Amino acid sequence: MTMVVFNRRHFLAAGGSVLATGFLASGVSGLLLPARAAGLAPTETMSGGANNYRKGAQIVERIGKGGFWMSGTVRRAGDGAPLAGQRIQIWAHTVEGQEHEPQSHGATLTDKDGKFRLEMPQIIPIFGQPHGHLAYDSGEFKTVFLRPVMRSAKETSLEAHFVLQPA
Amino acid sequence: MILIWVALALALGVPIALAATSEQLAWRGPVYILAGFAGIVALGLVLAQPLLIGGYLPGLTAYRGRRAHRWIGGALALAVVIHVAGLWITSPPDMIDALTYSSPTPFSPFGVTAMWAIFVVAILAALRRRLGLRLRTWRVVHIPLAIVIVAGSVVHCLLIEGTMETASKAVLCAAVLAATIKVMVDLQVWRKRRTLRGESIARQ
Repeated sequence: MTMVVFNRRHFLAAGGSVLATGFLASGVSGLLLPARAAGLAPTETMSGGANNYRKGAQIVERIGKGGFWMSGTVRRAGDGAPLAGQRIQIWAHTVEGQEHEPQSHGATLTDKDGKFRLEMPQIIPIFGQPHGHLAYDSGEFKTVFLRPVMRSAKETSLEAHFVLQPA
Repeated sequence: MILIWVALALALGVPIALAATSEQLAWRGPVYILAGFAGIVALGLVLAQPLLIGGYLPGLTAYRGRRAHRWIGGALALAVVIHVAGLWITSPPDMIDALTYSSPTPFSPFGVTAMWAIFVVAILAALRRRLGLRLRTWRVVHIPLAIVIVAGSVVHCLLIEGTMETASKAVLCAAVLAATIKVMVDLQVWRKRRTLRGESIARQ
């Protein structure tokens, strides 16, 4: 099978293929099979990912009043090793504010397993799709902006996964 | 006969009324709300166009139907300008992505393509006399662009997750497609010669 565009939605759509299933499983669980780890490709910035980005969002316990969970993993390209202490910035159009507004932005750090999880207000559709934005731009690795889309506006969580390469 | 007018009023009014009750509105600013409704109104105006030019609205003479078609064409261009300008103000980077065909949202290129087709038709219609376009030439330009406008608008609208209620949106889109197909068949737009000339004399 030919895989032209590498993003999460294409993987979901291509559920039949063994390759896609492998990636999908890793995407959902946040774990990677050791056999596949050797050549783990870095995550590409998604189109529109950097829209309404504000530099330097503060690390927060949670964004606003919460009620919605953004989570994911940060790993190193190549060997897939989890990256601890990495700062991930998160923003979205939520019930408490539009994408560009400061109160819609926050940041969190990954734990020792490279996982992050930040509570934020419920994401609602903006520009025709319910989606969130995430950024890694701390400099040690190459900057990546993600824009995951929710399967339904009713969902109360969303995942995004980073595989970073040295800057 | 009045049933056609009632059906048209419902096809336009129900989606707008249901969108006005959408819970999404609570989380949107006034400019974003205006932009969204301008888009819904624009789709409603797209439905009126084939009905007017096909003479399906009882009580309107062919002459008045054509005049209304022109005015509504202008209103459609205006509604699209309000839609795009409002969305630009709401989120400039997302609108720029859409206009440059680099948006992650699958519906954007359909909407933007329909927008350009609407602008081209509106500008050519306004300048038709000055450019000396003959009616036959004009129709060769307008009819393909009308198909682009209808198809683009319907796909754009159906793929969007926004304030419109799903069933009323689908009905409005189906009505737009049905009216367009009917007028194309009735006016036999693929025929170049006799039919068109006969009509153009009758309708001028």
